[in-house]
Amino acid sequence: MRSTAPVLSVRGATKRFGGLVAVNAMDFDVTEHQVMGLIGPNGSGKSTTLNLISGALKPTSGTISLRGTPITGLAPQTITHKGIARTFQLVRLLPSMNVRDNVVAGAVFGHRRRWGAEAAAHADALLDRVGLGGKGDMPVGQLTYIDTKRVELARVLAGDPTLLLLDEWLAGLNPTELRIGIDLIRSLRDEGRTIILVEHVMDAIRSLCDRCVVMSSGSKIAEGTPTQVLSDPDVIRAYLGDDDD
Amino acid sequence: MTAAEIRTLILAALALGVAALLPLTGSGYWLGLGLNIAMFTVLATSWALFSGPTHYISLATAAFFGLGTYTVGLGFETLPYWSLVALAGILGAVLAALVGLATLRLSGVYFVIFTLGLAELVRQVITWAQNMSGQKGLYVLTDITEDHIYWQLVGLAALVYLVGWLIGRSRLGFALRIIGDDEEVARHSGIDTARAKVLLFMVPGAVAAITGAMLAPRYVYIEPALAFTPMLSFQVVIMALLGGAGRLWGPLVGVIPFAILWETISSTFPNQTMLLLGVSFLVIVYVLPKGFVGLIDTVRRRLSNREGWT
Repeated sequence: MRSTAPVLSVRGATKRFGGLVAVNAMDFDVTEHQVMGLIGPNGSGKSTTLNLISGALKPTSGTISLRGTPITGLAPQTITHKGIARTFQLVRLLPSMNVRDNVVAGAVFGHRRRWGAEAAAHADALLDRVGLGGKGDMPVGQLTYIDTKRVELARVLAGDPTLLLLDEWLAGLNPTELRIGIDLIRSLRDEGRTIILVEHVMDAIRSLCDRCVVMSSGSKIAEGTPTQVLSDPDVIRAYLGDDDD
Repeated sequence: MTAAEIRTLILAALALGVAALLPLTGSGYWLGLGLNIAMFTVLATSWALFSGPTHYISLATAAFFGLGTYTVGLGFETLPYWSLVALAGILGAVLAALVGLATLRLSGVYFVIFTLGLAELVRQVITWAQNMSGQKGLYVLTDITEDHIYWQLVGLAALVYLVGWLIGRSRLGFALRIIGDDEEVARHSGIDTARAKVLLFMVPGAVAAITGAMLAPRYVYIEPALAFTPMLSFQVVIMALLGGAGRLWGPLVGVIPFAILWETISSTFPNQTMLLLGVSFLVIVYVLPKGFVGLIDTVRRRLSNREGWT
């Protein structure tokens, strides 16, 4: 079933900052309707990998393709047009606009474009979808933390992306919010969306991901189902360090 | 169109009609003041169209203005005046596009310094060219009167407001607001930020060049120090910020009191105009960061809150 052509395919993607190799020859595929977890300890290069895919950074070498078409090194807006949308590790909203316009911002210039009343109606439908129904006219400054995350999620969904990149979307939520957040992402998964999830929350990884790629010091050290990778000795060593003896 | 929009449109048309009657008073003093107000309204409003949403402070107004002035000064003997005004607009837009392509990829402070340097650069080049040709300045002798110039500027102001209103409702205007809030989000939402900024930067460039072209006949004799005076760029920025660059009508609220104050001070204490500029700048930074518009909004909000309590 999962042997269809990959939505995203990363081959040998490498990013150097001067002498530091932040991402080293990463290889992986994401197939249609798959939720892929990109995990690893802090500083292992997950976010940098995500930035290479979204176009925020240009790879030093390697190729990244979306449905077989290379998108390596394209500008972020071009990659967005082609169908990849992302959230940011630290939530980024548009402070001068209300909640609805924040979502409309994602609908007007994205993969699929809408404008005017159609864009506003689409935004309202998405706000309902993420649990913010009726809050469209609120200024974003009055939102709770999880609600700001919901607005950002609605904004990236607004362009009808082919592939969704969620950069630690669950980070910083309290236990109650975390349950709501996991349910929300699971509902996206149930809609058949293709998602790459950079995540630290183990419960989320276990319950949401079909496959995981584990990074350590910029390289891929394991790949497989969550159960497989989380019991892999290399992965445990990467998270917990070597024994002293 | 909604009822509120129609009401605004009627009010704007009425205000424009009243403004257009000013030359009929026959007073040279009022016409001179009206001319300054009309000129700065056009310059500050078009300046705020770009710098308001993006927060990129442009000090290049004088470069475009001088370009327009010199277009008329060099061409009025060979080409019809109206074609020169149009030509000035095109040249201004082209220069703005070039400046935009070169600088708008850079962030804020580099842009400010470059735009300031640009006006000086153009001024030095023209001064040099004049010295080579042995001239000092240009005479612009036409039969265009101050009344005509004033009416042209009022017409241009109407056009600037119309363009500003249309941009505010367009995708381009929305894109610029997103860019002003967070350029990273703008890019990742699919906006070609460089193109949007360059496109919109061409508007104040063209408008300032047209304004310069319209004012050339008023000066009669033009030289680089007059046409490219950096003071003009600073005046425009101060007036727009004093009024508030976040709304279309904001700059007008700054232009009127500032132009009157400037007129009064330069006629009674001609050496103290720089002081006025400096004090105004301090007032904006410390007291009115969002201009008069921000002040009006705050007062309105307080009033409506008080009503809410009773």
